[in-house]
Amino acid sequence: MIDLIQMIVNGVAVGSSYALMGLAMVIIYKTSEVPNFAQGEMALISSFFAMMLLTSFNMSLYLAFFLTFVFAVLLGFFLEFAILRRAKEPNILGMIVITIGIEMIILGFVSWKFGADQKTMPFPIGPYDSFIIGDIFVSKLEVLTLVAALLLMTTLYLFFRYSKLGLAMKATQQNSVAAQIVGVRTNRIMMMTWGISSLVGAVAGLLISPTIMQPFMMWDPMLKGFAAAVMGGMTSLPGVIVAAYMLGIIENLFGGYISIEFKTVVAFVIIVLVLCVKPSGLFARHYIKKV
Amino acid sequence: MESSFFLVDHLSISFGGIKALQNISFTMNKGEIFSVIGPNGAGKTTLFNCISGLYKPDQGNIQFKGNSIENKKPDTIARMGIARTFQNIELFSHMNTMENIMLGRHIHMKTGVFKGMFLWGKSSFAGKEEIVHRERVEEIIDFLELQNVRDKFVGALPYGTQKLIELGRALALEPDLLLLDEPCAGMNSEEKQDMIFWIKDIQDELGISILLIEHDMKMVMDISSRVLAINFGKQVTLGSPEEVQQNKEVLKAYIGEEN
Ligand SMILES: Nc1ncnc2c1ncn2[C@@H]1O[C@H](COP(=O)(O)OP(=O)(O)O)[C@@H](O)[C@H]1O
Ligand SMILES: [Mg+2]
Repeated sequence: MIDLIQMIVNGVAVGSSYALMGLAMVIIYKTSEVPNFAQGEMALISSFFAMMLLTSFNMSLYLAFFLTFVFAVLLGFFLEFAILRRAKEPNILGMIVITIGIEMIILGFVSWKFGADQKTMPFPIGPYDSFIIGDIFVSKLEVLTLVAALLLMTTLYLFFRYSKLGLAMKATQQNSVAAQIVGVRTNRIMMMTWGISSLVGAVAGLLISPTIMQPFMMWDPMLKGFAAAVMGGMTSLPGVIVAAYMLGIIENLFGGYISIEFKTVVAFVIIVLVLCVKPSGLFARHYIKKV
Repeated sequence: MESSFFLVDHLSISFGGIKALQNISFTMNKGEIFSVIGPNGAGKTTLFNCISGLYKPDQGNIQFKGNSIENKKPDTIARMGIARTFQNIELFSHMNTMENIMLGRHIHMKTGVFKGMFLWGKSSFAGKEEIVHRERVEEIIDFLELQNVRDKFVGALPYGTQKLIELGRALALEPDLLLLDEPCAGMNSEEKQDMIFWIKDIQDELGISILLIEHDMKMVMDISSRVLAINFGKQVTLGSPEEVQQNKEVLKAYIGEEN
């Protein structure tokens, strides 16, 4: 029983970082229908930027994180404005290739600039600081990740629902021609989407960095986040969140009861199963495109 | 020379080999209802798409209130005061009527907070602004008699109702020029009658100039002050409804179509 609860708790914790990465992907996918494979590396470079500020510039944690968030947003703006918007006659396949290109460039840059070895992020909470509640171990970092994820989700929810920009994003997603015709600057909306998404990814990166900090640190969370996004139907914010936590929990249970070696593979087995049964994802809302 | 309210000057555009518009020129006066007629494929919708910035013409110029719209984006043109409806309805189908029309207020919103009332309270600036926008939207809903579909998702509503919501959204922009692309298509005669009544009201009461594409000749002759007939992208004739009606080519085209 204790084992079970322990595994679920760890599953929820790891699910939070999948949820953040998945959310970041869904936010972009909703407005531009591009699965952004550079998502993980955008978070990677933001995390290394924070490390640089903390170690080379000796900045305070708050200032460094604040500047990192600014950096992440600007990075998102820049990639959309300078690269994706320049694509002539874009089709989805071309856009995907572009995002993979960005991914490789950033990965190469980070490996070159900072080296491929494991770094330590001077984070105030170490990966092994934990609470013990009854017989359950909960690491402080896990709690922080969960709280940060929940806070960010609530903020995003309020933003999409109650802000003029959120409504304009929804409009752009549903019908971009109609949005332009009522005066929505859809280009700017795209840029904003990339900025917000990049910010969400950076938060995930920062929360992962105390545990693992090297150029491939975002691969697993990014792939699992993508898996959750696909399971959630790619366009549903609540969908990706639920799917991410499900993935985190199932993965841990599988690792605990069946096979630890195949723990990380299980996510992809689940995607295949889900896509066979319900190709549009578990929580998809269908947008039927008019011709 | 005084600049015209709205001017299209030697406009041409082609798609591959198809010359969709060739040397189209006309001017519109403020307050006028000006109609464009022509058989299917004549280039009418293409003309609207050039005006609203969705297509970039190959040649020619369009001016609105003395400003060229050349190289302007659709959202900028909307801000200049041109609103439109589409032949194939373009609504936000997963939003309700109220939200669709509210999006027509987008260019007038300042605070960036839709539902500012919810977040900051009624007496805040955002709250007050929201009340003003809501009032405008409610007026439009009352005007077009859309009360009973106010909170319904628009995707599932009847075609005629969707056309009206699109008109409502265009009105919410408070434009100076309104482009209506076949507003009566697919409507029964009673609905058509209502639409004619509303279009006249929009002109008279709101002082909005209207550029209209319509197939119903009787309606066109009834409400337009001037009519431009085009075919295969070229001007056939331009004049008062009576003049255009007596043009041989127009007669031929329309009698031909009725057979
Ligand atoms: N985006 C486009 N690409 C290719 N051809 C187009 C496009 N838009 C319009 N056309 C062509 O231009 C001509 C005029 O079309 P349209 O303006 O829709 O006619 P109308 O509205 O008068 O029925 C048609 O031959 C149509 O196929
Ligand atoms: Mg047409």
